[in-house]
Amino acid sequence: MARYEYKPFPYRKPPELAGGRSQRWPVLIVGAGPIGLSAAIDLALHGIPCVLLDDNNVVSRGSRAICWSKRSLEIFDRLGVGERMVKKGVTWKVGRLYHRDHEVYRFDLLPEAGHKNPAFINLQQYYVEQFLVERCMEFPELIELRFKNKVVGVQQASDGVRAHVETPDGTYHIEAAYLIACDGAKSAIRGLLGVEFKSHIFPEQFLITDVEMKADFPSERRFWFEPTFHNGQSALLHKQPDDIYRIDLQLTADADPKEETKPENVIPRVRAAVGERPFEIDWVSLYTFQCGRIDRFLHGRVIFAGDSAHVVSPFGARGGNGGIQDVDNLVWKLAIVIRDEAGEALLETYDAERVHGADENIRNSSQSTNFMTPKTPFEHMLRDEVLGFAETYPFARRLVNSGRLSLPCSLAGFSLQSPDDPAMSGAMAPGSACSDAPVLDASGRPGWLLDHLGGDFMVMSFGMPAPVRQDVRCIVIASEPMAGVETLCDEAGLVAQRYGGREGAAYVIRPDQHVAARFAEPTADKIATALARAKGAAV
Amino acid sequence: MRQLVTDWNLGDSGDDFYAALIAAHAGLTEEESRRFDLRLILLLVNHVGDDAVIQEALLRARHGLGK
Repeated sequence: MARYEYKPFPYRKPPELAGGRSQRWPVLIVGAGPIGLSAAIDLALHGIPCVLLDDNNVVSRGSRAICWSKRSLEIFDRLGVGERMVKKGVTWKVGRLYHRDHEVYRFDLLPEAGHKNPAFINLQQYYVEQFLVERCMEFPELIELRFKNKVVGVQQASDGVRAHVETPDGTYHIEAAYLIACDGAKSAIRGLLGVEFKSHIFPEQFLITDVEMKADFPSERRFWFEPTFHNGQSALLHKQPDDIYRIDLQLTADADPKEETKPENVIPRVRAAVGERPFEIDWVSLYTFQCGRIDRFLHGRVIFAGDSAHVVSPFGARGGNGGIQDVDNLVWKLAIVIRDEAGEALLETYDAERVHGADENIRNSSQSTNFMTPKTPFEHMLRDEVLGFAETYPFARRLVNSGRLSLPCSLAGFSLQSPDDPAMSGAMAPGSACSDAPVLDASGRPGWLLDHLGGDFMVMSFGMPAPVRQDVRCIVIASEPMAGVETLCDEAGLVAQRYGGREGAAYVIRPDQHVAARFAEPTADKIATALARAKGAAV
Repeated sequence: MRQLVTDWNLGDSGDDFYAALIAAHAGLTEEESRRFDLRLILLLVNHVGDDAVIQEALLRARHGLGK
């Protein structure tokens, strides 16, 4: 298999330096990683032009983020790149957990059928970025990508930002109504604005290695506590496309990064983990992990998303996936604020909802990292007893923590969601990310519910059209196509089952495929109120 | 007669319980930690209050230890 070829993206002299007219942009995005690129595509889908600046001109070196969750794939589907990612990625849903050299238990992250996307795919960050860049290029009128454009200064005004940008051809200024900082864990924008980042740093070091090799390892996540092949606390093995495997080995806090990343030291560790088969090292890095965030994700007209706002340890795949959920949550709000369809206060709900999401990710990944890195003899003994019990007792398996893998975050209880209707049942309470299910479209073609939800506000009702007075998209879930309304056929009955969808019930769904409200007996007034509340109006 | 529950019975909060137990031991000497555990056992055993369940737990906890 040919190794991934890093092709530089073209640098063009910015119009500001080529004698062109400088324009004021609705949105300036800083950072062309998965988060910034997704934000640009989502804005384009809402018809909002943006310019995206990155100080580099090539995709991520090394795999870095590799595990993309079902929810991220659903968001990528909405952005028009999900299917390409799933096709290229390695699909998995089973995790196996070992203590020393024997299996303690296995878990299935998606035990039910009837979902378009798998629980997870593994796909190197460079592919994700490449696919997203190529998708951006399908919107030449709306997305301007500027590589080798480095932001070195930011000034805020009440109605926008002014950035000072360095390029190979000199410096220029650019103005925008909003700036989205997607420039990663070491965010330059954060530094320029003096925004404080508070985090807890774990002292243990982890050797992260990607190797290329032919192996028949299963498409599963395999995790070892106290592996016999590695004199350390833990090891993690993931399969990636192109015969690349990810191996995480926990080292002690006093390991010397320079020594440990030398090939002559990495190779024996990898050989011990993968056995006597030929392999080549593709990428190696030594990490310490931290978990933390900035206090607020909104700073005037600068909005932080992804690692610039929050970082987690990688156990649980909550970093990249958390950032994609930031974009999903932010962009529709920003779009309707820019179009004057909602007040600027709506953006405060991005801060509230995604700070909540970040805290959930930080709590989970901190707890996982704590379980893997016992601090005291007591913690060590407790961990050993839990692992010992886990082989015999089902309850103890739930205490073993090798990473709680990223699930969609519930936004229940936040101001945009209406109180739940006590007459409704089922898991899809307001705040939930909509569950997928198989459907047939009006022409009888099989497809998936989530491919029909999101992008804009909508009302989904069961068996009959909902009483709606606004100009809002409506779909009806029914057993047969109905005249004059978009119908999806619930042949398998799974939509009704997953949504508790009895005849007449209606769901108000946000552009990010989260439930804003649901009613057993909807009225035009109830739906109007729920829609207004979901756009940030005081009702 | 009731049996010891060995299936999951801790709600959604397994990781929170684990963290809380560690936090409860923070800053204790080895002897204090042992005293803490004993107090916890006494409180929980009294709460369970079912001799058959307690006897079964004693047996299972002892399994594989000592001679």
